[in-house]
Amino acid sequence: MTEIGTPMANVTVRGPEAPRNLEALDPVFTVSDLSVFYGDYEAVREVDMLIGNREITAMIGPSGCGKSTVLRCFNRMNDLIPGARPAGKILYHGEDLYGDHVDPIEVRRRIGMVFQKPNPFPKSIYDNIAYGPRVNGMKGKMDDLVEQALTQAALWDEVKDKLKQNALSLSGGQQQRLCIARAIAVKPEVILMDEPCSALDPIATTKIEDLMQQLARDYTIVIVTHNMQQAARVSHRTAFFTAEVDDKGVRHGRLVEYDETSRIFTNPTDKRTEDYITGRFG
Amino acid sequence: MAGGDTATVPGTPQSLARSRPRYGEMAIKAILLIAALVSVATTVGIVVSLLEPTIKFFGEVSAVEFFTSTDWGPLFEPPHYGVLPLVSATLITTGIAIVVAVPLGLASAIYLSEYAKPRVRKFFKPVLEVLAGIPTVVFGFFALSFVTPLLRSVLPFEIEIFNALSAGLVVGFMIIPIVASLSEDAMSAVPNSLREGSFALGASRMITSLRVVLPAAFSGIVAAVILAISRGAGETMIVYIAGGGQPNFTLDLGQAMQTMAAFIAAAGSGDVPVGTVDYDTIFAVGALLFVMTFVMNFVSARLVRKYREVYE
Repeated sequence: MTEIGTPMANVTVRGPEAPRNLEALDPVFTVSDLSVFYGDYEAVREVDMLIGNREITAMIGPSGCGKSTVLRCFNRMNDLIPGARPAGKILYHGEDLYGDHVDPIEVRRRIGMVFQKPNPFPKSIYDNIAYGPRVNGMKGKMDDLVEQALTQAALWDEVKDKLKQNALSLSGGQQQRLCIARAIAVKPEVILMDEPCSALDPIATTKIEDLMQQLARDYTIVIVTHNMQQAARVSHRTAFFTAEVDDKGVRHGRLVEYDETSRIFTNPTDKRTEDYITGRFG
Repeated sequence: MAGGDTATVPGTPQSLARSRPRYGEMAIKAILLIAALVSVATTVGIVVSLLEPTIKFFGEVSAVEFFTSTDWGPLFEPPHYGVLPLVSATLITTGIAIVVAVPLGLASAIYLSEYAKPRVRKFFKPVLEVLAGIPTVVFGFFALSFVTPLLRSVLPFEIEIFNALSAGLVVGFMIIPIVASLSEDAMSAVPNSLREGSFALGASRMITSLRVVLPAAFSGIVAAVILAISRGAGETMIVYIAGGGQPNFTLDLGQAMQTMAAFIAAAGSGDVPVGTVDYDTIFAVGALLFVMTFVMNFVSARLVRKYREVYE
């Protein structure tokens, strides 16, 4: 067993380049007292966290701890699930994301998302990238937009000669980078990633992680991952979620600890975090 | 040596060989094969039964007259065998039906698959399918006694009591459930991950439906439309009752027309003696209808293969 204090000494921990005090940093998201309900079931209870600008924030925790649910609140993807309903507040640059005046379509244009399983449209590589700009009526030369997005997603060299080919002919890792390029093409501010590497092999995973590091210069990234090493490698901050059973025997997702990644992985304050990252639980 | 032998004797605990034959499995396989062969055999039987009288027919009547003359009156004296009025009537009524059924059917499919809440869908889909179960003879009288009078009162021009327009419209209503129900199935089968991908890019529900779901479900939708067209082209009772029995070669939708299927029904229910040219005429027209439907099916299957978007 690893000793307390150095739970994952063999893993590179990235940690923040940014200063400690997030409030002073104009956070992109301010989450306060967020609970998410599916019908009557409270899936996530009372989450408070800030998402730093141009940082990579990782959300880790065992299955069913509500981390994906929280992620899907950030771009109002949960709106599409009948019965899903958040309580509490999420501010996006100080503006209530769930305010009456807010158009979820506009939200999703600013806050892109990459999913667990690569989900390219059954269209050509080119049309996959051009889809977002087209439906959003973006100006500019489409060829340039496509090339730019694919270049940013580190995919251009691999696909530039076969842009007319069906996107599903690409490998899984390429498909996922295509999905990242597709998200970038609409020029969002934030990219949400819901376990983007869980369907990929280690080499493809490394490529996506490198890509995240590059993208973090221009974008704010929030990533849900099952892979603790991945959180340790790529993120500036890490939020550890777990599932708790209340008095009535109902499970709720809770945010246990949220801190700089280096602290979460080397010096967690909560016993549950420590148990999880040292592999004693989950 | 002896030990090695016992290990291979079926039924002994060491052997992996099948210990007793599975008769049930073989019987099931045979029954399933027979079930599959019944429909193939039916198709072959129809083709064969059409073939012989059709060949006989073309022995008596010139193919040139059959395919080029615009005069159809095989039971008159002297008989005329130009099939074009029947073909045009079939194409016209089917065309009207498609114009009605494809937009309405697709719209309801998009609504049911992409917009309707699950509860609404649970109610609507069975209702839609009930429409498909109404006997066509009922549709026929609906066309004659309701749609035609309605058209005669609202249209600015005169139409006959028996007319192609009313018949075509009602055939269209009849095939809406086919288009809607099968298209809805195809669209519901499109994985949700594609919709999510589209929504996540800031696409509205309508754009997602039209640009992602519809193309992905394209082959299923085309199959639905083809089936609907085949049903419409072969529809008999509605056009027989509401379309009239005169083989007019015209584009005037307000006139009576006789489709191929309606002719077959009319001639077949009369007292045409077996073995005469008149009798063979029925089969010749039936064969032509069969060939037309078959060619359409074949061509569209090719088109679908070329243009469909395959999602895994």
